[in-house]
Amino acid sequence: MMRSLAWYQLREEIEDFLYLEADLLDQRRFKDWLDLLAEDLIYFMPMRRNVKFGQHAERENTKQGEGISWFDEDKWTLGKRVEQILTGVHYAEEPLSRVTHMVSNVRLLDVRPSVEDAQEVTAGCRFLVYQNRIEYENFTFVGRRTDELRRVGTSWQIARREIILEQNVLLAKNLSIFF
Amino acid sequence: MHTMIDAERGIISREIFVSPHCYREELEKLFTRAWLFIGHESQIPDPGDFFVSRMGEESVILCRDAQGAVHVFLNSCRHRGMKVCRYEQGNTSLFVCPYHSWSYTTDGRLQGVPLYRALYEGTLNREEWSLIEVPKLALYHGTVWASWDPQAPDFLDYMGDAREHLDHVVDCRDGRPGGAEVIGVHKWVFPSNWKFAAENFLGDTYHNPSHRSVDMIGMGPSGQRGASSRRDNEYAGGQRFWVGFPQGHGLTGALMPADTDYVSTYLHHPIVDEYFRHCFHERKRRLGEKARILPLVGTFFPNASYHGRQPRGICVWHPHGPTETEGWRFFLVDADAPAEVKDVLRRYYMRYSGPAGMTEQDDMENWLYATAASKGTIARRYPLNYQMSMGAYQTNDPIPGDVSLQITDQTPRNYYRVYRSYLESAPWDVLIGCPSMRAAAE
Repeated sequence: MMRSLAWYQLREEIEDFLYLEADLLDQRRFKDWLDLLAEDLIYFMPMRRNVKFGQHAERENTKQGEGISWFDEDKWTLGKRVEQILTGVHYAEEPLSRVTHMVSNVRLLDVRPSVEDAQEVTAGCRFLVYQNRIEYENFTFVGRRTDELRRVGTSWQIARREIILEQNVLLAKNLSIFF
Repeated sequence: MHTMIDAERGIISREIFVSPHCYREELEKLFTRAWLFIGHESQIPDPGDFFVSRMGEESVILCRDAQGAVHVFLNSCRHRGMKVCRYEQGNTSLFVCPYHSWSYTTDGRLQGVPLYRALYEGTLNREEWSLIEVPKLALYHGTVWASWDPQAPDFLDYMGDAREHLDHVVDCRDGRPGGAEVIGVHKWVFPSNWKFAAENFLGDTYHNPSHRSVDMIGMGPSGQRGASSRRDNEYAGGQRFWVGFPQGHGLTGALMPADTDYVSTYLHHPIVDEYFRHCFHERKRRLGEKARILPLVGTFFPNASYHGRQPRGICVWHPHGPTETEGWRFFLVDADAPAEVKDVLRRYYMRYSGPAGMTEQDDMENWLYATAASKGTIARRYPLNYQMSMGAYQTNDPIPGDVSLQITDQTPRNYYRVYRSYLESAPWDVLIGCPSMRAAAE
């Protein structure tokens, strides 16, 4: 993609959107966050395997649409997760965790149909999510995300999110937060 | 040990959940003897296939050799101890140690020793330095189990009457033996003693209030709300039972009336509902009276727990330190189920189970803080209470085992009685049953 002024403007717009989204989660405005998700959302976090050199492309990550992953969900399920937190008796998030999402390395991987008329964007980024819980529980989740974003009016919606967490055995007792 | 576990009075010291000494004793005396769940044959269908598993704290390789025979080896080179396999799963003809390149064939034999002629000729007898293999291995309806004790009883004697319940978990939904496949394995660590998890699955349905949030929102197979929605109310009308076995196993399920009919499930997915309807009638035809049993959850002593139906799987609670557990959950479906059935099931399994599961997240919270709050000097002076439904059970009525028809601590009392016997290095006839009862029966 040519680095035109429109390209830089679009990248800034996408960055702003991702930062806004992270902020909604960190402020625990979960219902507002749900509004940023497309109705046909795919929200996917594979498990990562230790595989032999040369087999990474084929076998390192579990696959969306088959078998078991950490998350392979739709908007209905994420809505249920939000609803569960809001019951006030989901003890894994009651009392609520303190969470900060850091988003960086934002890149425009694909823009459709054109940079000047961007309706769909594939954006890559890195995340560092810090979760502190009750008194002494600390978890740090680091990894990569690939988001398919869709323009809706003056803002964007997330149509697909792939979350690549850099862990094999999960080193956290729960994945009770959003990524 | 007998002062820490008073099963008869239902009083158990917190020390067994936090003490490094107790933990060391478990590794030495329990995990070296009991039959442990290793994996499933569907994970290693072809010669050369392997899956790295665990027994206690130690890494083992489950592997199918070039001739098709199944083995379980300690994952450690005989030369300097390096792990010979650091991949999780795959296919190989040799396990080559990264350190000095000693290599082993898939039947465990030491094959390659670099510079053998120059350095070892006449001294090293390769036959004696194979990978260390478990002396006792059992393949049962697709599942693989092993024990490090050559004197251990055969697997079926170890399972006793709990075997029938294992069948209900690992057999096809229509009653054919075996036929399941593993569609994924969750692995995660959490700061809890492993026994809190194992004990929870013995049939502690008393803890249901901690899952109130999932019943309020409705995330079961059909997404309905209400107390029985997590499993689409399929146990309604049945006689719930809690049962313990002399070998320490314990579980809960329901005995359905003889004329019970299929309860519709997965209401938004007609193909899945139809599949389970077909399986229900077929299972009834094949199993007859035994089809009246619907499994729920249980633990095969010491650390292999299961969900028998929804969501179906086996979860092993590996000891990972006195106050840390590594959970491995193997998810099961019928291998020959239609693709849509498998897809709907896997989605339900993921939203229910494990660290990302809406139901089990609350379990992890319970087990963590039960462990954390039992560590203190004062806390350890006060034992835990296991006195629920004291004496309220009968033997072999209406099914084999010590059966209670109300929620009970009898199964954990029994579990910890057997646990204590392992830590006291009791002989096998004590570990798998009561010798006096056996003598009387003979």
